[in-house]
Amino acid sequence: MASIQLNDVSVDFVLYQGSARSLKKTLLRSSTSGVLKHDAHHRVTVNALSNFSLTLEHGDRVGLIGGNGAGKTTLLRVLAGVYEPTAGRIRVEGRVTPLFDIGLGLDMDASGYDNIRMRAAYFGIDAGEVERKMDDIAAFTELGDYLDLPVRTYSAGMTLRLAFAAATSVDPEILLMDEWLAVSDTKFLEKAQRRAEGFVNRSSIMVVASHVEDVLKRLCNKLLWLERGTIQRFGPVEEVLAAYHAQNAEALS
Amino acid sequence: MTVPRFRRQSADVYDSGDRSQAERAWEDLFDGGRHWRLWSKLGWHDIRKRYRRSVLGPFWLTLSMAVMVASLGLIYGTLFRLDLESYLPFLAIGLATWTFVASFLNEGCTSFIDLEPLIKNVRIPMSLHILRALWRNLIIYAHNIVIFAGVALVFGIWPGIGGILLAFAGLGLLLVNAGWIMLLCGMVCTRFRDVPPIVASVIQLLFFVTPVMWKPELLGERRYLMALNPLYHLIETIRAPLLGQLPGWENWAVGLLFAAAGWALTFVLFARFRKRIAYWL
Repeated sequence: MASIQLNDVSVDFVLYQGSARSLKKTLLRSSTSGVLKHDAHHRVTVNALSNFSLTLEHGDRVGLIGGNGAGKTTLLRVLAGVYEPTAGRIRVEGRVTPLFDIGLGLDMDASGYDNIRMRAAYFGIDAGEVERKMDDIAAFTELGDYLDLPVRTYSAGMTLRLAFAAATSVDPEILLMDEWLAVSDTKFLEKAQRRAEGFVNRSSIMVVASHVEDVLKRLCNKLLWLERGTIQRFGPVEEVLAAYHAQNAEALS
Repeated sequence: MTVPRFRRQSADVYDSGDRSQAERAWEDLFDGGRHWRLWSKLGWHDIRKRYRRSVLGPFWLTLSMAVMVASLGLIYGTLFRLDLESYLPFLAIGLATWTFVASFLNEGCTSFIDLEPLIKNVRIPMSLHILRALWRNLIIYAHNIVIFAGVALVFGIWPGIGGILLAFAGLGLLLVNAGWIMLLCGMVCTRFRDVPPIVASVIQLLFFVTPVMWKPELLGERRYLMALNPLYHLIETIRAPLLGQLPGWENWAVGLLFAAAGWALTFVLFARFRKRIAYWL
């Protein structure tokens, strides 16, 4: 049974000298919402997540919302185990499949088939398992003979399908996604949704960050609203969306 | 600090708080080694990618090394008044080994930086990236050492089974040292981005002060200067047995000491900063 537990997790980034000054200016000017402060060595730090506690369980399909710099991507990377928290503790049970970057490990000169194998290798899936699922993956991409050609001959949409098919060919218990579902074509989105739902049905947790409400409404059963690296609200989709809109409307008026 | 025993846990549980940073560093190294299938595959993939559209593939390296050994052998053999029969084999091993050392130093520096997208997307042991780069360079080294085999054949040099085994042991020692050097350089260069060019110029300097082109005997009275250069000792543990000589005990002693001290330092830093590497990228 998959589960995720974050206990008082904080993630601080140190902005190092050299670029620190201009980066600091940039951050302040663009009114992003990460919290800037100075640490003991007078370095500028960004508090991307602070004292973050969260428990996710089997069946949770969570959508992340919030402004730029609210901590969505950082949170996803913490869940993926890429950023080990600077303070606090995280415990994740279950195989995690992070789908943050469409082009991850994509070799433009290798064929579609080779890329599927490469990608699987990065995610720690053994070669035999990939070969067994190859037909299923190939069918899902609808790329046909293109799979024998180098990826550089593909269109962006085709590349996306390849990546999605390759990445979703495993049985992840925990699926993490950052934005990119929103950029795919509608027909593929439906297919992707069916496949993503397939994951959930096979006992999983899904966390997806998106600005597209349709995506959130269709894929998720809970929303997590992040603001300045902390939880603003966590609950059913409609409820959190309503509160989110109310606040945005207030900020506008 | 006591050396922690590796505790295996189910691969599908990740808990950031269940063990010390030293244990995590140890586990990272162990896991990296355990996934030898993955890093060897990726290392090969890197090579194939580099030479995908060329006819000779990695044998371009062999060819350019052959040209280099032949031309440098002629010029420097004449300059140093050495007969080619002893100088060419010496140079062939030296240059191939030096190329390996220089490239693992250089690529050690960029091993994390180059793989930023991967490191920021998937949780993979950091040591795996190092092993991948090391394996890649070892494959290239294998292509380059072929020149020595050719030269040895021409001049009828046969180091004997014992010599070959001893050279492999020397290679093992070099690899153990390469491991910590690459890991250390990788961490330092990821944090301080101006270090890679510094390393590049240090490598150039090291090339001239290490007996690759010239024989240590040429130093005459000042041969003791060599004792201070660990790279000389490491190269000698491979070169001497292939040339049918026994490496000095001091070559092995310095090499082993260098490995022990280097790994101790690197491990302490790795335990302390391993989890910051992703933040530095």
